[in-house]
Amino acid sequence: MLRLFTFAAPSRFYVLTGALLPWLWAGAAVLAVAGLYVGFFVAPTDAVQGESYRIIYIHVPAAWMSMLLYLVMAFWAVIGWAFNARLAAMVARSLAPTGALFTVVALWTGALWGRPTWGTYWVWDARLTSELVLLFLYLGYLALVNAIDDTRRADNAGALLALVGSINIPIIYFSVKWWNTLHQGASVSLTKAPTMAHTMLTGMLLMTLACWLYAFAVVFMRTRALILEREAGHDWVRETLGLKTGATR
Amino acid sequence: MNWGSWGAFWAMGGHAWYVWGSYGLMAVLLVLEVWLLRQRLRAAREQARRLNEEGSEP
Repeated sequence: MLRLFTFAAPSRFYVLTGALLPWLWAGAAVLAVAGLYVGFFVAPTDAVQGESYRIIYIHVPAAWMSMLLYLVMAFWAVIGWAFNARLAAMVARSLAPTGALFTVVALWTGALWGRPTWGTYWVWDARLTSELVLLFLYLGYLALVNAIDDTRRADNAGALLALVGSINIPIIYFSVKWWNTLHQGASVSLTKAPTMAHTMLTGMLLMTLACWLYAFAVVFMRTRALILEREAGHDWVRETLGLKTGATR
Repeated sequence: MNWGSWGAFWAMGGHAWYVWGSYGLMAVLLVLEVWLLRQRLRAAREQARRLNEEGSEP
């Protein structure tokens, strides 16, 4: 247990993620190239939708990431709140902008896919509306934690908002079952075989993994920046950045 | 192979705006996020360096 918590020290996190980052970027790039290749050059044209279905390779991964990152953000925010763990609170803050980014991508690609498929960019149905609410939850969280000057109070208030807002995630996920909606049901689930060609599925899963590694990389980068901003005067920062006392420059 | 030519590839069967509009926005946002983060990290390192110099003066 003690050994596990040593990674919870911002200094350890900074060094560890610094070593991990090049591998995350390399992995994300390789997976994205492979996913795009399979998606555009191997997977066949859809019999009903034609080529517009190829939006799926970013729409579904972005939508999954938007929901997953929110839950991860709420989890670390609550851990930071409950155990007064400063690194957990910093990670929670670092997740929000990337989660908001994936939500915007999911909404935008959904609109551009809806137009040729349903004949409209937008409808106020359950799936689309609850995903829009998710974007407002991210933006609300960001506005809240940045509006309060006291860092710990800001983190705690953000944790409460993130926790309450997480009720929206099952609403998004099950909205296509609970309500009548234009949006199709889940194409991939744990309980039944996927309803798509396996090359399409392969491309989508490769792109999902690429998004996953990308998210790790940018969230680590943002957390590293936050750590430096907050702990700039500490000894470990001087040692890690290779700054020599007095004789710098 | 799905495409007879690069022209056909870019045309996406008449759905070019929908497909490339989707991929385009995502690409722009990802590049923007990484660029902003690199700036922020550089500024944070610079700030740490400055603080260190100030703190070490006699």
